[in-house]
Amino acid sequence: MGDIWEGLASGFWLVVTLDPDLVAITLMSLRVTVTATLIASCIALPFGAWLAIRRFRHRRLVIAVLNALMGLPPVVVGLIVYLLFSRSGPFGVLGLLFTPTAMIIAQVIIIAPLIASIAHQAMRDLWADYHDLLISMSASKWQRVKTLIWDGRRALLTAALAGFGRAIGEVGAIMIVGGNIDNATRVLTTAIALETGKGDFARALGLGFVLIGLAVTVNIVIHTVGRTEREGKW
Amino acid sequence: MVTPVLPLTMSGAVVKRRSKIVLGPVDLTIGGQGLTIVLGPNGAGKTTLLRALHGLERLAQGDTVWQVPLDQARARQGFVFQSPIMLRRSVLDNLTYPLRLNGMAKPEAAQMARGWAARVGLDRALEQPAPQLSGGEQQKLALARALITAPEIVFLDEPCASLDGRATREIETILLAAHASGTRIVMATHDIGQAKRLATEVVFMMRGAIVENGPAAAFFASPKTPQAAALLRGDIVE
Ligand SMILES: Nc1ncnc2c1ncn2[C@@H]1O[C@H](COP(=O)(O)OP(=O)(O)O)[C@@H](O)[C@H]1O
Ligand SMILES: [Mg+2]
Repeated sequence: MGDIWEGLASGFWLVVTLDPDLVAITLMSLRVTVTATLIASCIALPFGAWLAIRRFRHRRLVIAVLNALMGLPPVVVGLIVYLLFSRSGPFGVLGLLFTPTAMIIAQVIIIAPLIASIAHQAMRDLWADYHDLLISMSASKWQRVKTLIWDGRRALLTAALAGFGRAIGEVGAIMIVGGNIDNATRVLTTAIALETGKGDFARALGLGFVLIGLAVTVNIVIHTVGRTEREGKW
Repeated sequence: MVTPVLPLTMSGAVVKRRSKIVLGPVDLTIGGQGLTIVLGPNGAGKTTLLRALHGLERLAQGDTVWQVPLDQARARQGFVFQSPIMLRRSVLDNLTYPLRLNGMAKPEAAQMARGWAARVGLDRALEQPAPQLSGGEQQKLALARALITAPEIVFLDEPCASLDGRATREIETILLAAHASGTRIVMATHDIGQAKRLATEVVFMMRGAIVENGPAAAFFASPKTPQAAALLRGDIVE
């Protein structure tokens, strides 16, 4: 018990004194995950919206595949990205393995289906709601898309935030493709795994506090966005 | 001089759902003036007829002909749905929306919107999110939003079906004013009292077909079909 209390106290101390190592690792985490979220959103939000609005052959199949991709175990994504970017793999010449770029790629693959799926559901509901009105007002295809994106902006933001939340807490894939290299690819989750293994609970808990803080913040924002949606603000 | 969109002629129109005929074949002409009430029990095909006239239903057979090409005709019609479709925006933005679609500048659109909001009694709710309005307020907003582009014809699908007497009277007042200023109105209802208050023409429907169609006075004074007579007597017709 004493160990835990001591760990909690010194972990907390590391956070409030802005321990340089902890700050560096946090910034790396944010850099990787924010970039991955932005890239994944650029791909997944329009794709999800497009899926919701367009009727085409095999649409159901595409949606089923999307939902299946959402369930991909991150570790397996890590393994696949590892194989693709390892020296003997097809993209080996790029030399990206064990760089933040490789971690970003892995995270994009993990969260893009999630973001697309949430965006798809939201846009599908909105489109079902608006369809007759927009047709009746003879809105052009572009005007319809603009209207849906604008009126669905909170839902789209929620989708992106959900992706961020999933990516920031992910450990398996980025451990494999990033390698958890000090000052290079070490992020919050992989650092926690390492420090726990070494028995440095103070560090592990300090990092854990930051991670929890980020996760909680994201969820509060998602919740707030949901409330403004219901109240119709912005 | 712009060519009017009316009269509208529907001939041999059939609407199917899952290969079952739910409307028609219907032949109907909507002339340049008047207030047509589409009367009939639930499931008679009123909604389907209105949607078909407006071009929201694909016709399995037959066609609808306006006096101008279809893409122009659509922009000069309005439609009010039975359960109002509110954009998830403020009352003001709901009103400016169709104007902005047509390319009107923002200040001008906002000014028109304020005027219409005042006419339907929503001037104090301008910044309120439209989905939060009461049912009656939503329907008044939907009506103002349909009328704001000064359409030549407005279709209304049982706009008062779920409203109380006061909201119904407010809607009817706005409608009569629009009618007086020359807007052609085609409105579905299953409320005979409302039909009597408003109609200049009646289209009486049952089971997907038009049973009777003509001037309102004649319809109410001496219905030609036993079904219409039964309806006017107050019997349950289905
Ligand atoms: N989405 C639908 N799928 C199948 N049948 C429908 C659908 N909508 C309406 N119908 C049928 O079409 C007929 C006409 O319906 P409708 O036009 O809504 O009548 P009304 O508006 O007069 O109540 C009814 O028999 C109804 O059961
Ligand atoms: Mg109906």
